[in-house]
Amino acid sequence: MLSKRVIACLDVRDGKLAKSVRFVDTKDIGDPVQKAREYYEDGLDELVFYDITASSDARSIMLDVVERVAEQVFIPLSVGGGVRSVGDATDLRLAGAEKINVNSAAVQRPALISECAQAIGNQNIVLSMDIRRVAVSAQIPSGYEIVINGGRKPMGIDALWWAKEGERLGAGELVVNSIDADGTRDGYDLTLTSLISRAVRIPVIASGGAGKPEHLYDVLTAGAADAALIASMVHYGDYRVSELKQYLHDRHVKIRMSW
Amino acid sequence: MNATAAIVDYDAGNLRSVLRACHEVGLHAQIVGDPDALLSASRVIFPGVGAAGAAMQSLKRRGLDSALKEVIARGTPTLGICLGLQISLEYSEENDTTTLGLFPGTVRRFELKDPDLKVPHMGWNEVRGVREHPLLAGLAPGDEFYYVHSYFPDPTDRSLVYAVSDYEQEFACALGRDNYFATQFHPEKSGRVGLRLLAAFSGWSGTC
Repeated sequence: MLSKRVIACLDVRDGKLAKSVRFVDTKDIGDPVQKAREYYEDGLDELVFYDITASSDARSIMLDVVERVAEQVFIPLSVGGGVRSVGDATDLRLAGAEKINVNSAAVQRPALISECAQAIGNQNIVLSMDIRRVAVSAQIPSGYEIVINGGRKPMGIDALWWAKEGERLGAGELVVNSIDADGTRDGYDLTLTSLISRAVRIPVIASGGAGKPEHLYDVLTAGAADAALIASMVHYGDYRVSELKQYLHDRHVKIRMSW
Repeated sequence: MNATAAIVDYDAGNLRSVLRACHEVGLHAQIVGDPDALLSASRVIFPGVGAAGAAMQSLKRRGLDSALKEVIARGTPTLGICLGLQISLEYSEENDTTTLGLFPGTVRRFELKDPDLKVPHMGWNEVRGVREHPLLAGLAPGDEFYYVHSYFPDPTDRSLVYAVSDYEQEFACALGRDNYFATQFHPEKSGRVGLRLLAAFSGWSGTC
């Protein structure tokens, strides 16, 4: 059977690894290439790089990071942050990214998803969604709203609707990132993750809130996620990737244990 | 004879990850898109990601379909990967496409009963060897490889099947005949077990 995936997310700013808490207070915590290599050797299943560099003139730094990682890490590599066109996606692919994540730009111009799917294949286009909990309303019937621009701009779009729309437009995978849970280490939003995962046929990656091994267990079982995204819990050395996988394996989650 | 492995370029996906992985195992390789370069290669990798219909059109337009058949027929060690494997069968349900016919059988879409199982089949899955092959040397129970696909090979001759995986149903994930071996999974994205397969390919004579 297919294994559940443990994916590490590395936020990169100006070529350095950064980690945010509730999308603010980012600080540098190391060299992304070295971290990527370390996690790969410790059994990580997939890597996501998110470019949070403010200025667009620093994009070449990100391409260089991707290129250096791709030369030494032989697992799927996904890259996002500021992808606005097929050209952006193609540049990242040539640098070594397998999958391309689109987020804000796809909300503003949904055709970006189908254009990228056409150019690089559905399976390589990942729709990443930043989502916050709101009061249920006629406009937001699920009680979950899409927010863009790094969590700063609420869009009045229902997250469940957008997930299904993203699938229809050709996304091959979804990242469900809870802004409320992001960086708190209190656990994933299980309600949100299972709501979306059960509404689509494409794989769903849960993101935001992982702090303890049981959080991964919860989201991969009750949360119905196909993969769990982790960041702080491994970046600061609190846990090792292999230790998290051993925990999941011991609790009978199907996980890759040989690498 | 050229000592370099040719990675067949037919506009079907990102070949650089295959190139990087070859480099990692010491296999000198280059991306080639014309039949003459393919015909002079001592070793061939036939990768590919994308849709069967467009892939076949592109192969034919470049004259690579007949060149590929020729290099395989003359005994050149050849490794197919993912879409490369799929279009090596006779027919694919994807875009209703007649394919190369290097292996007897068809390629079918996953039709899964379990609503919790996603398509594409994306991620790591165990590969179980069912028959010995030099390129699967060292394969151990529990070894997993990385997959991304919505269609799977269904060969009519089971004696060509060297390994299987399970996704609700069992499917063939590695086919071989003489000097041609092909996998549904991506060795270039499968960590050490994948690199091991590529390293074995780099020294493979083309016999089983």
